[in-house]
Amino acid sequence: MTDSNHIIESAADNHIHRDDIGAKMGMWLFLFTEILLFGGLFLVYAVYRFQYPDQFHIAGMDLSTAIGTINTIILLTSSLTVALSITALQKQNKSLSIIMLSLTISLAILFMINKYFEWSGKFSAGIYPGSEDLLSRHNGEILFFGLYFVMTGLHALHVLVGIVLLSIILGMVVNKKITYDYTVKLENSGLYWHLVDLIWIFLFPLFYLIQ
Amino acid sequence: MTNSSAVLNQKSFYEEGNTKAKSGLAAWIFSTDHKRIGLMYLSAIAIFFSVAAIIGIFMRLELISTGKDLMDAQTYNTLFTLHGVIMIFLFIIPGIPAVFGNFFLPLQLGARDVSFPRLNLFSFWIYITGAILVLLSLVLPGGPIDTGWTFYIPYSVRSGTNISLAIFAAFVLGFSSILTGINFITTVHRLRAPGMSWFKMPLFVWATYATAWIQIIATPVIAITIVLVIIERLFGVGIFDPSLGGDPILYQHLFWIYSHPAVYIMILPAMGVVSEIIPTFARRTIFGYKAIAISSLAIAFVGYLVWAHHMFTSGMSDTARWIFSLLTFLVALPSGVKVFNWVATMYKGSIDPKPPFLWVMNFIFLFSIGGLTGLVLGSLVTDVHLHDTYFVVAHFHYVMFGGTGTIFFAALYYWFPKIFGKMYNIKTANIGVALFFVAFNLLYFPKFILGYMGMPRRYYDFLPEFESLQFVSTVGSWLMLITLILIIWNLMHGILRGRKSESNPWGGVTLEWHTSSPPPLENFKVIPEVKHEPYDFSQLEDMKND
Repeated sequence: MTDSNHIIESAADNHIHRDDIGAKMGMWLFLFTEILLFGGLFLVYAVYRFQYPDQFHIAGMDLSTAIGTINTIILLTSSLTVALSITALQKQNKSLSIIMLSLTISLAILFMINKYFEWSGKFSAGIYPGSEDLLSRHNGEILFFGLYFVMTGLHALHVLVGIVLLSIILGMVVNKKITYDYTVKLENSGLYWHLVDLIWIFLFPLFYLIQ
Repeated sequence: MTNSSAVLNQKSFYEEGNTKAKSGLAAWIFSTDHKRIGLMYLSAIAIFFSVAAIIGIFMRLELISTGKDLMDAQTYNTLFTLHGVIMIFLFIIPGIPAVFGNFFLPLQLGARDVSFPRLNLFSFWIYITGAILVLLSLVLPGGPIDTGWTFYIPYSVRSGTNISLAIFAAFVLGFSSILTGINFITTVHRLRAPGMSWFKMPLFVWATYATAWIQIIATPVIAITIVLVIIERLFGVGIFDPSLGGDPILYQHLFWIYSHPAVYIMILPAMGVVSEIIPTFARRTIFGYKAIAISSLAIAFVGYLVWAHHMFTSGMSDTARWIFSLLTFLVALPSGVKVFNWVATMYKGSIDPKPPFLWVMNFIFLFSIGGLTGLVLGSLVTDVHLHDTYFVVAHFHYVMFGGTGTIFFAALYYWFPKIFGKMYNIKTANIGVALFFVAFNLLYFPKFILGYMGMPRRYYDFLPEFESLQFVSTVGSWLMLITLILIIWNLMHGILRGRKSESNPWGGVTLEWHTSSPPPLENFKVIPEVKHEPYDFSQLEDMKND
């Protein structure tokens, strides 16, 4: 990691230094903390799933596998488009990169729309934390839905952050702040987006496929 | 390595900034210079430390005799919570890494700044935001929090005080800690000067590096735990609520998965500072360099696996308790490795007992007591009796205040001429160290005996038989107050009126001493090339000739 060729120090006297490998390393470390953040929740999930296996199974019946699957496909596709956007820019195809990035953002918004309908469906069915309907159920089911709202909620928050982040990056690509020879910001945002995708890949079976 | 004529012409980082504003507040609060950020942390931390110390003095006043003396029980609950929250989240966790890590990590690596200077400034502002949130939680309706700094469930969900805001502040502060950790790790990997291989890094860098890893491994766990408590308070999801099937003990696990490694966030950088000071004042290369470097990583690693020793009486299986007790004993090994190597370094050294060195002597004595009583608490049999007594309080203060707090002062006294280019009064400093030693033991040692006799922690009143020892401890707190005023006054006086210090008054050889004092904006005129081992004092002659 001491390959100093990648550290380009500008000739200007104010030593603006650019270190793409360092920037990526920082991003990976940040993603690592994100995984640990969700790791705490996965741990809680594991404890309660172990404690109430049957009730988790019953509660899982109430979730729509169809919506979950559609959202999984949407997120996986958006991961592909963001990767394509990076490659396109590196191959100096700026317009394709912009299209792919816009597509990623659109898919992310689509995911959120789905999520909105899914959650409001749950709310109208009387399933939300503290609702009478939920409190009349078994403890295991209460916990299942508690975790469902917390974990998919925190994930949805990350999707929202991703939408904002990718939109800013899109603006930078359009304004030539990010160019083919300096893609590290785009790549890091792509990494973040893959993480959002990756976490969903674990949430999906844990909630939607345990029926 | 700068030559002396260049030093004279060079502007220090005080005179030359990297902001648009050339002077005034804006030149500091928008500066991405790691040295200015370190000093801003220092001023913020000094304020919080003073506030929390004064709270501690008031708590001791209440405990001067039995019954209600000064305040009612609820006020006392609030005060010990605030004392803990401010000392831990605002002083001792950020303490050495944020102040001295920021200032000296790039200098010791031979770098111009950290890897992400703007992120560094951002971390500082997040820290300030968190601190403001803590202060807001005191004054907003609902009242200051009264749960203790551990925020244990179920009380933290039921208490009507401003828990949500206060723990959200802890979340924000954690975010600052994570970003600083990421920054430091990347800096160590990417910005070492040419020739500085991993095993040529100064040991303070090693310690800060290990700390940074704990910061990013452990902090996200407390972050999510805090989020869960807030959600619990707002929506009643039931994750920690037994009436809804949740498990309050799970909260304790999640809390200590962070908060035990956090005590290594507090102590590891201090150990790094000790490894800097001892060779400099013993004029001898450090004994067991690799052992000390690797023991930092070992503490970071094993320290991650011992959290449940805080919960021996919370209700766990005997197998779990046995395993966690064993692991706790294991973590004492790398700490022992360090202490023996430090002492061995002094053997046959040419010791120059200047104030920083005396602070370190203080540290070794107090920290050894703190460490050994930690083993008493780590053993199952004794812990069941001593859990939640003053013994724990005494142990914790010996390790944290006697350990990290002492070294915070040691670091200030060691790097003072480097940071400010001036010198404090050596004689007053020596008196300060001696007084500190007396005051500290007067204040905290009685707590060991009180705890052994059965005095529980966090009580605002006590039985008559504890009165005389409680009184001794309170007298100790007065002496401590006087000592702290003396120590800090000496430093302030040094900054304002101190005589000009030479560039390298102690004869240190790590890279920060290869540049002028105070250092210029970008630290080095030419990035030095590292040819020596970090504590090779044979280069001292060359440095003088340079």
